[in-house]
Amino acid sequence: MSDAPSDLRYTKSHEWLRTDEDGTVTVGITDHAQEQLGDMVYVEVPEVDQEFEAGDACAVVESVKAASDVYAPVACTVVEVNEELADAPELVNQDPFGAGWIMRIRPASAADVEALMDADAYLAYVESEQH
Amino acid sequence: MLIFEHSKPGRRAQAQAPDTAAGVSDLPPELLRDDTPPLPEVSEMQVVRHYTRLSQKNFSIDTHFYPLGSCTMKYNPRACNTLAMLPGFLARHPLAPAPAGQGFLACLYELQEMLKEVTGMQAVSLTPAAGAQGEFAGVAMIRAYHRAQGDSGRTEILVPDAAHGTNPATATMCGYTVREIPTDDQGDVDLEALKAAVGPQTAGLMLTNPSTLGVFERRIDAIARTVHEAGGLLYYDGANLNAILGKVRPGDMGFDVIHMNLHKTFSTPHGGGGPGAGPVGVSERLEPFLPVPLVGFDGDEYHWITGKTRPQTIGRLSAFMGNAGVLLRAWVYARLLGREGMHRVAEYATLNANYLMKRLAEAGFDLAFPDRRATHEFIVTLKRQQKELGVTAMDFAKRLLDYGYHAPTTYFPLLVPECLLIEPTETEAREELDGFVEAMTNILREAEENAELLHEAPHSLPVRRLDEVRAARELDLRWNEK
Repeated sequence: MSDAPSDLRYTKSHEWLRTDEDGTVTVGITDHAQEQLGDMVYVEVPEVDQEFEAGDACAVVESVKAASDVYAPVACTVVEVNEELADAPELVNQDPFGAGWIMRIRPASAADVEALMDADAYLAYVESEQH
Repeated sequence: MLIFEHSKPGRRAQAQAPDTAAGVSDLPPELLRDDTPPLPEVSEMQVVRHYTRLSQKNFSIDTHFYPLGSCTMKYNPRACNTLAMLPGFLARHPLAPAPAGQGFLACLYELQEMLKEVTGMQAVSLTPAAGAQGEFAGVAMIRAYHRAQGDSGRTEILVPDAAHGTNPATATMCGYTVREIPTDDQGDVDLEALKAAVGPQTAGLMLTNPSTLGVFERRIDAIARTVHEAGGLLYYDGANLNAILGKVRPGDMGFDVIHMNLHKTFSTPHGGGGPGAGPVGVSERLEPFLPVPLVGFDGDEYHWITGKTRPQTIGRLSAFMGNAGVLLRAWVYARLLGREGMHRVAEYATLNANYLMKRLAEAGFDLAFPDRRATHEFIVTLKRQQKELGVTAMDFAKRLLDYGYHAPTTYFPLLVPECLLIEPTETEAREELDGFVEAMTNILREAEENAELLHEAPHSLPVRRLDEVRAARELDLRWNEK
């Protein structure tokens, strides 16, 4: 069973969100997502100040199996991106909830983030998805 | 070892040297190179041995069962190649006037007619030089059609998530926004989601039927109606045509445009950069937009149909007639099969797939869609084996190589975890299929007894497990002299 820390929020497209003290939100892909994708070869991060609507494709993770879009979980503006992924995409595999983070965003509304799934709901969703 | 590593200064293969040096006096001096190119210096025998050995390392349809799903790696009869290489075809100049090339034009005209008949479309253009260009031509015609109707609001193409990856790519290349439609748990398009997605912005739906999940879309009538009622057009990706050849016709299913990958279904060369051919077929309303040239027949003589008489054409896609030699191979294949043979292709392709599917299920493998009949291919999922035994689809694929089988497609479609997409094709005999089942059964036993054997596979090939991450990240295809 893959891991899903209880202090994070989750999406059906397998992104996680962590709200930081200053109100910005760190976003990455879940342990389950990286496990399904396999070894990363390339991660394309968005640009700082880029704005997205919820559900917009905002980054790309490319593994030995597939290239997949990462979606903006909520309407937001990008405030920082993980530059280290350019040289070390394997961080997404090694530490998906930590050093493998993809971007930090300022959400249009903090309530949008709160409305997403919690860890239990996400794990139940992953289980149900694998019919 | 590379041919460059055999090189010794001064070695030559005199037999291959040109008779006279070509004159290059009219080339501008700034374009001439200053030093000699770093070509390998080897003897004739070294060259022969080097390439013969390389060819012996190949997995190919001439040497191995090759059940690569979604690729239809069937045997191409030698006759198709031989007859397409007759001197009259090879020596024909592409600018030769039509009256001097009636035999060649007759073949192309007949191929157009046969493809029309077998797909149920109104007209066919042979000129796209590969499947990808065929797809591009197809969506470009959809675009041209809406534009000719004065309808500029149709900006979206719908693509089910079980489609080939090329479909969204093609739609994007043609300037459309792609909207994904989900698939239900039986592998059919989610009809409610489709109904919610169509509207005045819908240019069309791109559908592969049978889909990449190896099942036939059962509600195709309702899908066609939904898209047409919204004013959109229906695009058929012909990648999996082999399963339905002569049995069900895309035209009868309501499709407006189709591309055909001749290398998958009509015995033309596979992979390695082609050359390819991706003819397109259309319904009546798209006929004016077909790419040119086409071949016409007035009952007496064959002639070229060009943009002069087709003002609404999307234009030419290549110089001359696409890959003419490849089209000739497809024509020979279709003539060899005849009308009855076309049916047998689909019958044996699906029979072989269903036989193999049942036998693998009996051997203890899980099917992705156990309640569905296979089309020309089917999916085994090794999710359970991964969980219980710690072996992956990739481990199985690599171990199959040790048993002398090319691996099935792995990790595609993305919708099914740890999957093998298996397509035996109609050209394999039952003994081959049984041999494959035996190998899979043995590997399953090995996985239970000694998973390490699978993790380290292949054991018997010139190279062991490759570092795919490094190959992707540090791509190095050029010989560099040290």
